[in-house]
Amino acid sequence: MYVAVKGGERAIDNAHAWLAEERRGDLAVAELTLGQIREQLRLSVNRVMAEGSLYDPDLAALAIKQARGDLIEAIFLIRAYRTTLPRLGGSWPVDTAEMAIDRRISATFKDLPGGQILGPTFDYTHRLLDFRLAADGEAPVPAATATPSPDAVPHVMGLLDRDGLIEPAPVTDGTPRDLTRAPLELPADRALRLQAITRADEGFLLSLAYSTQRGYGRTHAFVGELRIGTVAVEVDIPELGFSVAIGEVELTECETVNQFTGSATQPPQFTRGYGLVFGQSERKAIAMSLVDRALRWQELGEDFVGAPAQDEEFVLSHCDNVQATGFLEHIKLPHYVDFQAELELLRRLRHDTQRMASQQNAEAAE
Amino acid sequence: MTTMDRKAWIGLLARAPAARLAELMPTLPPHSFLRPPEIGAVMVRGRIGGTGSAFNLGEMTVTRCSIRLDDGTLGHAWVQGRDKGHATRAAVADALLQTNDSTRVKAEVLSPLATEAAEHRNARASKAAATKVEFFTLQRGEDQ
Repeated sequence: MYVAVKGGERAIDNAHAWLAEERRGDLAVAELTLGQIREQLRLSVNRVMAEGSLYDPDLAALAIKQARGDLIEAIFLIRAYRTTLPRLGGSWPVDTAEMAIDRRISATFKDLPGGQILGPTFDYTHRLLDFRLAADGEAPVPAATATPSPDAVPHVMGLLDRDGLIEPAPVTDGTPRDLTRAPLELPADRALRLQAITRADEGFLLSLAYSTQRGYGRTHAFVGELRIGTVAVEVDIPELGFSVAIGEVELTECETVNQFTGSATQPPQFTRGYGLVFGQSERKAIAMSLVDRALRWQELGEDFVGAPAQDEEFVLSHCDNVQATGFLEHIKLPHYVDFQAELELLRRLRHDTQRMASQQNAEAAE
Repeated sequence: MTTMDRKAWIGLLARAPAARLAELMPTLPPHSFLRPPEIGAVMVRGRIGGTGSAFNLGEMTVTRCSIRLDDGTLGHAWVQGRDKGHATRAAVADALLQTNDSTRVKAEVLSPLATEAAEHRNARASKAAATKVEFFTLQRGEDQ
């Protein structure tokens, strides 16, 4: 039970003023600019855009600065801002086959059309602190360049699909359900699940995906392909009557190849898990594709083994960190009346117990 | 003028860096707003499995604007982000490209933007190409 409580305005104002001062920190240290955050903390910006579900690097940088680097708080700020924007339309589905590729690797085929392109990756670094970054840094040595190949970089899944070795990805018409427009209703179709988990908390999704690898709903995933780069966003412009590529977004896409489905009439095929996330965010994209695959047990005729990652209601109800934070942290807000009721109850129970004990003592003494 | 031309230039103006477009179009001819710059969001969609049915990936910020030149020519713009100056310039450029000024605007605005976009894209592709793995296989002893 909540009760309106008045008072405390002065304390709140003073707390917020102190918050602003603490946010700024030591005045002898230069203030962070949004450009610095956008350019040099790019992966934080990416996470805030992905989980805030709004692609705008400048806004994400502002949110990170305002939230003092607390990314979930920054995501909350972006979600709140997002609700103030009119929805002007929906894009054509982006074409990831046409991606301008920064990185593209496959764990299933060594030699493949387009090759293995490592891109700006943390992989193969030694994870040793680099104290040169602590010193006043000089500009890094320019990255090496080579002549780009004019050849296309086709999806690995397309190669498997050509031979019928992987389940097809059927195309249905119609606008997908949108959980930002209508409350989430279960059961969800795969499109709605993907919308929920692409904006889900990275840590939650990572742990769920890890749990499937350790045996809680095992799906035997291989990373068929992981690609990072930019794609054009094409939108129908009503006043023109045709569509225009009005922008570009950076995306990470992960496609997993998983164990088989098949029937008496259909020969066995590999199955798919899919992850697509705003920004360079491969941990999240891999996790997403594993959780997507685990959630497909029913459609693929697998057993429900009670694993959390298979449980659509569990996953979709708990994956959103803004929702989770809101409910978790509300318990710090005044619950004075609630608590008074509990206190009253406890006192009465204790009183009853004590009275019974003293009665028993009195009877024993007689 | 064909639709393809206009589709291409509206897209090029939309994807241009706002600051660069401001440099290339420091002054704008007289115009009035049919729709003043309006900030909103577009839902970006992906495809399940890269090639399957659509799903909602998340929104991106967009600014749209429509203007009319004094001679009555209409210009429209939808640009990524929240820069109202960018949307206004793009709409004015779209209108100018439909007038007798089109040759000049193509040379002074579209050409540099197209060149720079291609250079930017090529610069990233060149760095990516340098990280392409060239596998080599050691000869195994028993094969000799």
